[in-house]
Amino acid sequence: MPAFSGPLQALVDELGRLPGVGPKSAQRIAFYLLKVPGPDALRLADAITAVKERMTLCTRCFNVAEGELCAICLDDRRDSTVVCVVEDPRDIVAVEKTGEFAGRYHVLQGALNPIEGVGPDQLRVRELLARVDAEGLTEIILCTNPNLEGEATAMYLARLLNPLGLTVTRIASGLPVGGDLEYADELTLGRALEGRRTVEA
Amino acid sequence: MSLFRDRGIVLRGIRLGETDRIVTILTEEHGKVRAVARGVRRPGSRFGARLEPLTHVTFLGWQGRGDLDTLNQAEVVDTFRAVREDLDRMAAALTMLEVADQIAQERHAIPALYRMLAGALGALNERPSPMVAPAFHLKVLALDGSAPVLDGCVSCGREDVELVAFDLTEGGALCRGCRRGRPITPAALDIMRRTLQGGLAGVLSEPPSAVADEVATLATEAMEVHLDRRLRSARSGMLP
Repeated sequence: MPAFSGPLQALVDELGRLPGVGPKSAQRIAFYLLKVPGPDALRLADAITAVKERMTLCTRCFNVAEGELCAICLDDRRDSTVVCVVEDPRDIVAVEKTGEFAGRYHVLQGALNPIEGVGPDQLRVRELLARVDAEGLTEIILCTNPNLEGEATAMYLARLLNPLGLTVTRIASGLPVGGDLEYADELTLGRALEGRRTVEA
Repeated sequence: MSLFRDRGIVLRGIRLGETDRIVTILTEEHGKVRAVARGVRRPGSRFGARLEPLTHVTFLGWQGRGDLDTLNQAEVVDTFRAVREDLDRMAAALTMLEVADQIAQERHAIPALYRMLAGALGALNERPSPMVAPAFHLKVLALDGSAPVLDGCVSCGREDVELVAFDLTEGGALCRGCRRGRPITPAALDIMRRTLQGGLAGVLSEPPSAVADEVATLATEAMEVHLDRRLRSARSGMLP
């Protein structure tokens, strides 16, 4: 039997379906929303409605977009010949924060995970290949996660892209700034050593 | 509730919450262990890449009351780096991890399975042999008591006839009169026999060939019949 009546129980149930929100948290948020002034709660409702109505996927790069193309694809100042391939739109935010990249992106919407049955057909691979000629790409940076799935995806894409005659690069692996060598794992430290560079002071 | 120490190979990991992961490890003494690695997805995690699938580790775990253990420390035995950096070898390794995950049972030690997986991954790391994964599948079938009959017709029992077909639901190779399942060439039959009858070293030095592909297909299908499910990693299309 539901603990609360009508709309309040519906709200608790819906909040409880959100990732990382348990039944107690759902109850607490629901009661908070019940208590705050009407306009404050409605702003949340409006934001949810607006996101669901107006946000889609960019038809070119599959980033989230308000309209046909995302803000990055619409920006003419960006280098249209270099594309950074990421797994998820949230990865774009991470790369943008570095301020080191001025090209465009391509979001695969996931990574190869053969054991879980995720193959290339479930990713936006065909669309990436179509962009190579259509947009005259000269370099593709494989910026998938440095884990088993991300590495498999990067190697798969490299095998498809290399014969097309453009530069295919992979982001470097190494030690986190502020980290400690003593606690570095062998794989990361090994790659950091392999990718060492000359220092000019 | 106790601390335990073991070594094993990380088979898979699933994300848990913001920064944790549940890892499945095929251990030597505790069978398949599922354990939570807290904070493993943070860039500065003390685990680093040590708990990525396809890593051979020694670890210290805590077995509580529930199904999930907790990982306290992990040290690398081998990262199989050459396997990680070659798409073909990684594809072969992933099918072996999937098979080991399906065969092993939680907290039920099968030390031979652990040793076979560690040995097979080590062999794959040393050279890009197309026969490692098929040989592993056949050896696991034998370990599980389902080794295919290859020295005579599994249906009529005659040994003085040519064997022309292979069907694992029947239990092995079949003669012309009893044939069912897939056709099999004498060369493929020979490789399978050598794999199961002490000639593994020679089999692993077989170069890529049509026969190697045939054995790979037969071994994969035989494993699928044995497990009664498809091997997702063998059919994911990750090799363009």
